[in-house]
Amino acid sequence: MTTPALPALRRTPLRRLAGVDRLAVAGAVLLAVVVLAALLAPWIAPYPEDGGSATHPLEALLPPSGAHWFGTDQVGRDVLSRVLFGARTSLLIAVAVLAVSGVAGVVLGVVAGYAGGWARDVIMRVTDVFLAFPALLLSLALAVVLQPSVTTVIVAIAVTWWPWYARLTASVAASVATRGFVDSARCLGVPAPLIVLRHVLPNSLTPVLVQLSLDGGGVILTAAALSYLGLGAHEPTPEWGLMVQQGQTLFTTDWWVVTFPGLAILVTAFAFNVLGEGLRARLAR
Amino acid sequence: MPGYLIRRLGQAVLVVAGVIVLTFAVMRLVPGDPAVAYAGPKATAAELAEARRRFGLDDPLPVQLWNYVRDLLGGDWGTSLHTRQPVRDDLFQAFPASLELVGAALIIALVAGIPLGIAAARYKGRLPDLSVRLSSMLAVSVPVFWLALALQTVFASGLGWFPVAGEYDASLDRTSPLHLYTNITAVDALITGNWPILTSTLSHLVLPALVIAAYPAGVVAQMTRAALIEESSRDHARLERALGFGETAVLTRFALRPALNPVLSLIALVFAYSIVNGFLVEAVFNWPGLGRYAADSIRSLDTPAIAGVTLLVAVLYVVANLAVDLLQGVVDPRVRAR
Repeated sequence: MTTPALPALRRTPLRRLAGVDRLAVAGAVLLAVVVLAALLAPWIAPYPEDGGSATHPLEALLPPSGAHWFGTDQVGRDVLSRVLFGARTSLLIAVAVLAVSGVAGVVLGVVAGYAGGWARDVIMRVTDVFLAFPALLLSLALAVVLQPSVTTVIVAIAVTWWPWYARLTASVAASVATRGFVDSARCLGVPAPLIVLRHVLPNSLTPVLVQLSLDGGGVILTAAALSYLGLGAHEPTPEWGLMVQQGQTLFTTDWWVVTFPGLAILVTAFAFNVLGEGLRARLAR
Repeated sequence: MPGYLIRRLGQAVLVVAGVIVLTFAVMRLVPGDPAVAYAGPKATAAELAEARRRFGLDDPLPVQLWNYVRDLLGGDWGTSLHTRQPVRDDLFQAFPASLELVGAALIIALVAGIPLGIAAARYKGRLPDLSVRLSSMLAVSVPVFWLALALQTVFASGLGWFPVAGEYDASLDRTSPLHLYTNITAVDALITGNWPILTSTLSHLVLPALVIAAYPAGVVAQMTRAALIEESSRDHARLERALGFGETAVLTRFALRPALNPVLSLIALVFAYSIVNGFLVEAVFNWPGLGRYAADSIRSLDTPAIAGVTLLVAVLYVVANLAVDLLQGVVDPRVRAR
């Protein structure tokens, strides 16, 4: 009895994997590496204290070597350690922004899509206004009037990001609302809030989830740009955009100070984009 | 069509009104007192009160909003705190340079992105396709400010192939002064036949334009590929294959034109995004456009100037959106019915 069951068991995850776009897998693996780096930073960073405010003036601007794989920065901190700790800042911002704007957008979108009528009109006109600002522009204006910090970055980007999810969810929810099972629920006397929660919402989420993973890269880039402009994280927070800004005058002489944090932004944004593209291709099939 | 036109125009006006209110709201969040910023830290109480009265900061918020809208429509966009000039004049001066830069970038993006998209669609699922998809994803993932720094360091400071910064060699203003018509340096130099300034501007344009082009080029390549693949699975493509046209001919001679429609509308939408992305690039290459103006304004917490830049770009976006929708409405009647 057990013998024939075993190969079937073994094949299932493989078969499932073969159905998934190879790009999605590659993106997920790359992203997992970044997430692991962020989670394990205090243990895998060669000089964990350099993730904070430690300074070693005598070891300033050492080129990459066995002791410092990515070299050291202006105040002698290990660049590799700071890049690893920087993953925490960037991923924290990305997760917070996507969670806040995703929830806000989905709630408003599902209401607009299911209710229709004037509720839909009001919500959609408000999203139109927000969508008229390129994300970086509005978050820039917001970040200028708020105090520069990681929280400011999260708030500023989330304010500009939710309308995308509201619009997407509204269009999906509107089409779900016309389906037979929603009509049936209505005929059975199920109250509207319950219909939205139990039937419309779960069936409208997939495209939003794909969009969320596609947008991770955009959030990381926007956050890095704000920090680069001095509107986000500040010393001694290890943040990739800030590291590029602080090292930019040294690029010609001490290339490693700017190159590695920039590559870290690139790799992380790339991982999100590859994963999102793969998921989208899978969804379109 | 008139009904669609009026509806779409009304929508755009509504959005612009909302954009003005939102900009006003953001600017009123300022924790600091704009009167202090204007009058300076050593101002007396009387001077502060005078500044506050002049900017109408004593009025209730709805009155302030009403005054703000009235001034905007009357052409008064406020006075910049750091240049001490009318914001509108500053924007008029800076915008053509940004337009020049982003225009060049979008041309590069189309010239590079469309052929790459065609190649990817032609060899779908094979090596050229995979490399185009991966490189276009890389192009949209690269932080522009970092790419700008890298290219500047390698190709300008390092190899000396291109100038490090600026729009053109300023010493040329004396030897071959430029007559301004459009305020876009490259265009003015071209129509007045001012070759020294034209060649200098073009060589200054290469690096910053390439950096800004990365994102739209990636998006254009992806979009072209997707649209071509969809178009070449339609019935007309089957007929063309049956008539003996090769795969390349089906793509470039028949599928490309309908496939370019969404690509061109995409470009209009990417335009505003590229202007803002250009802010970071302008700062690195010291390009005298909106971005440098915005960066200077941010540094001096110059809220009227930041509000002006924000408003200008948002309105540009609404106008670009409107233009695309109307054009598509003309070309494709189905759009009007929506």
